[in-house]
Amino acid sequence: MPQQKMKRVKTTITVNGETREVEIEVPDIEAQWGDPKNMRWLGKRIVRIDGADKVTGRAKYTYDIRLPGMLYASILRSPYPHARIRSIDTSQAEKLPGVKAVIADLTRKVNYVGEEVAAVAAVSEQVARDALRLIKVEYEPLPFVVDPETAREPSAPRVTPQGNVRGDNPRERGDVDSAFSRNDVVVHSATYSVPARSHCCLEPHGLVCQWQGDKLIAWASTQGIFSVRDELAGALGIPASSVRVICEHMGGGFGSKFGARVEGVICARLAKMAGAPVKLMLDRDEEQLATGYGPGVTAKVKIAATRAGRLIAWESETYGTGGVWGGAGVPLPYIYPVPNVRTRHFDISTNIGASTALRAPGHPQASFIMESAMDDLAYKLGVDPLEFRMKNDPNPVRQAEYRLGAERIGWERRNRTPGAGSGTIRRGIGMASAVWGGGGGAGSRPTVRIGSDGSVEVRLGTQDLGTGTRTYVAAIVAEELGLDIKQVKALIGDTDYGYSGASGGSTTTASVAPAVKMAAMGAKERLLAAVSQRLQVNPADLLLADGRVFARNGSEKSLTWKQACALLGKEGIEVQGEWNPNLQGSGVAGCQFAEVEVDTETGKVRVVRIVAIQDCGQVMNRLAVESQIYGGVIQGLAMALHEQRLYDQQTGRMLNANLEEYKLPGPLDIPDIEAIVYDNPTGKVSGMGEPPVIPTAAAIGNAVFNAIGKRIHSLPITPAKVLEALGKV
Amino acid sequence: MKAFVYHQPKTVADAVRLLAQPGTLAIAGGQDLLGAMKDGLFEPAHVVNLKSLPGLSEIRETSGGLQIGALITLAEIAEHPVIRRDYTALAEAAESVATPQIRNVGTIGGNLCQRPRCWYFRDPHVHCLKKGGDQCYAVRGDNRYHAIISPGPCYIVHPSDCAPALVALGAKVTIAGAKGTRTLALKDFFQMPDKNLKGENVLQKGEVITHIQIPKPPVGTRSTYLKVREKDSFDWALVSAAVALQLQGGVCRQAVVVLGAVAPIPYESVESARALVGKAITAQSAALAGKAAVANATPLEMNAYKVPMAEAVVKRAVLAAAGISG
Repeated sequence: MPQQKMKRVKTTITVNGETREVEIEVPDIEAQWGDPKNMRWLGKRIVRIDGADKVTGRAKYTYDIRLPGMLYASILRSPYPHARIRSIDTSQAEKLPGVKAVIADLTRKVNYVGEEVAAVAAVSEQVARDALRLIKVEYEPLPFVVDPETAREPSAPRVTPQGNVRGDNPRERGDVDSAFSRNDVVVHSATYSVPARSHCCLEPHGLVCQWQGDKLIAWASTQGIFSVRDELAGALGIPASSVRVICEHMGGGFGSKFGARVEGVICARLAKMAGAPVKLMLDRDEEQLATGYGPGVTAKVKIAATRAGRLIAWESETYGTGGVWGGAGVPLPYIYPVPNVRTRHFDISTNIGASTALRAPGHPQASFIMESAMDDLAYKLGVDPLEFRMKNDPNPVRQAEYRLGAERIGWERRNRTPGAGSGTIRRGIGMASAVWGGGGGAGSRPTVRIGSDGSVEVRLGTQDLGTGTRTYVAAIVAEELGLDIKQVKALIGDTDYGYSGASGGSTTTASVAPAVKMAAMGAKERLLAAVSQRLQVNPADLLLADGRVFARNGSEKSLTWKQACALLGKEGIEVQGEWNPNLQGSGVAGCQFAEVEVDTETGKVRVVRIVAIQDCGQVMNRLAVESQIYGGVIQGLAMALHEQRLYDQQTGRMLNANLEEYKLPGPLDIPDIEAIVYDNPTGKVSGMGEPPVIPTAAAIGNAVFNAIGKRIHSLPITPAKVLEALGKV
Repeated sequence: MKAFVYHQPKTVADAVRLLAQPGTLAIAGGQDLLGAMKDGLFEPAHVVNLKSLPGLSEIRETSGGLQIGALITLAEIAEHPVIRRDYTALAEAAESVATPQIRNVGTIGGNLCQRPRCWYFRDPHVHCLKKGGDQCYAVRGDNRYHAIISPGPCYIVHPSDCAPALVALGAKVTIAGAKGTRTLALKDFFQMPDKNLKGENVLQKGEVITHIQIPKPPVGTRSTYLKVREKDSFDWALVSAAVALQLQGGVCRQAVVVLGAVAPIPYESVESARALVGKAITAQSAALAGKAAVANATPLEMNAYKVPMAEAVVKRAVLAAAGISG
């Protein structure tokens, strides 16, 4: 055999929401997606293949799993933000009829309200909850601090033995001080801040665990079935091969559902102890208190540009809290290159639960800080804020998107002077940009099977976290084999299938799609080899289309799909694919434009329209990309106007651990959204699930500034803040 | 939720007898009660279902006006043609409540008797003044949604949308109890915390609202309800106002201005009404009525924004009731 040609590529791996770049060696195989114009499925608007199942309730989520003899588990959580546990008495709970297992060895000290203290499995949810009330815990409350501002003070209660302020991480390049003191620059200084935001997944976190001897089957609402498997195996001290994880459908993760997490291990332990399957799904308040959030951040910023409009210097000091140990870092300066930079960042320890990745971790925060500062500086310079960005953005894709977006929103209608309108209701237009990697990584091992009866199946242990993975997995195979998408069965969401990575960092599509394509190409090659023998036509002259195999050598020979597959023999064919870096790319670009109306008497902001443009290289499913844009924009709008996690400094408790006072937009709050998939003919597929959430809040904030001439320096932009900015309070 | 005994009385007399027992709460639509019970805020040993009581599920036009049974749902009120035409503020208020699902189930009686949304009150682990504790956490805590008008010592706002509208329309409530029934003006039904700290109204143990009567509005009366909230789908009012005006030849003969979400009760401002009576309704007189409505407000640290907001809401409600576009 000839030596396989190899290629060194940079690839991304995502572990618990942290995306890292590594360099690996992979086979260098020629492969191309081909021209979308000639395609039947890829790049078109494909209705997701499990959509009907989802809207009719046929789709089974973890929450829907019911097994014979299944028990229900519930977790007792700390009501205190910081306390030592003197004793736990579970005797009364154990005596309650229907209680089958109790765990009380989780911790001796709690560091936040909602931390796990004990757990019970019982014959019903009701009995489990009744049992929790019978557990007597003696707490010794300790001093606490939940507000990062207060926690920074030297007199604040110590959250960790090392103190409350971690890091400094000074970064510096260029000559910052000289750049700021040049006499041809305009300098702007301000403080901007973004609050912590919760994921609010439609389906809460949770699992159903069932033991079969020493083997564990876990149904999990997760964005990483293999990471759940590995975490369970590790925590329980059993081989990974003894754990099977299934996630057929799941109701959102947004970065909060990577591992098995505490509740997963509790569920598996309870199931083992009780000798029965156990279901443990969290409640809404538990979701708010103990499953993470995107951390808030406050940034003291100084930015300068030359009078000619070139960014020249940036200085920022940022701090935020991710709980006791979590980080709140932000990538600053963001998007627009600045030659002279100095940044410092501090993570503050507080007595709240740990932060987790939340859709484009750190980026929406960085966007609000950077884009607000860019806007303020542009007006100070007396230049059009869009022109200012165009001048400072080297990305050619975004340059094209800027022009398109300006045209779609009607940029020329903006107030040349912010706040220049008249009347009670003021209109304004603003914009901001997005950047993301979106590249994939090696490791996915899909298998395409073609049966001699013509059936086609593709199996891969990836998961569809609502982004439409299952649909493009089927579509890629259908495209390659010239079939209807209905003829391809896509089996995903099970660790019994070939390995695939967790869905995070927008890496899934660029990881999964190339591997599936390679498997389908391999299967096609094997099938055509069989057909070639039968028809006596060179495989290169055979074409698969419309459910037939055609000869293109003028012989007019052809076979139906079934006839062709019948040549495969009883065993059919089964081909595994591997990731091919030649089919994926990274570095996606986007921008958004917002138009708002501000009621200057009530302070209320109404978003009238959003134009959102996003590229992702070769499009797999246009409809799914549009859906990701809509979802991102709505989540970004929520960040702009509504969302914030509020903690009470007197009690250390979260004030809005619900969906009532933790405000999310409903149908009446959602504006006209124009989602534009920017066709970037790279021939490479990239992920784009995260970037559409990045610029929305900043664009809305800039539109509000354009409407009223006052900057709201912190999110969310509430009526209270607008009235205050207008000097009415 | 803690287990409880469920009772389904067939008569009002049986219902009030059951309700007089300690540890007993009433349920109709259950839209407030069930959530509070699931959260462990209330743990009644007995729950008395009012839904099967006869005679409380009708909207009846009477010679004097309208009689609404306490079990009528908010959706029925919002859709009722006579209410929409002659008692507009009430229809608009009912329509602004929560979500279609909740309006389909939630009753008008329950809407008037719902408990405050104060996040300290709603947290079962916080023992606030209203629950028998020794402090109102809102005073030094996060009071962005709290009262700007209260005699203290508690700073909840009354959460009902329908209450301000009904007070503006001069409604009365009939209450059944062990000793029979009594009828009183709705504005006297609600109580400030200095009079009643643990409750928000005059209902005694064992009493329930059975009916609401609204007098036929004088000729030339128009009413409206306006609500400002942070989001338009499913949110509580930051400030709301119900305004009823009787206009004659362009001049305001009678006015009632009632604000919601500014005080522990639906807050009627006689000063605001006074600024309108005898005057033509104009942008100027409406603005003065707005100023007058909250002239004596004493905001807490985080809710001063409610003052200019209330001024604007009252002004707009007055103009809207008068049919003048702002």
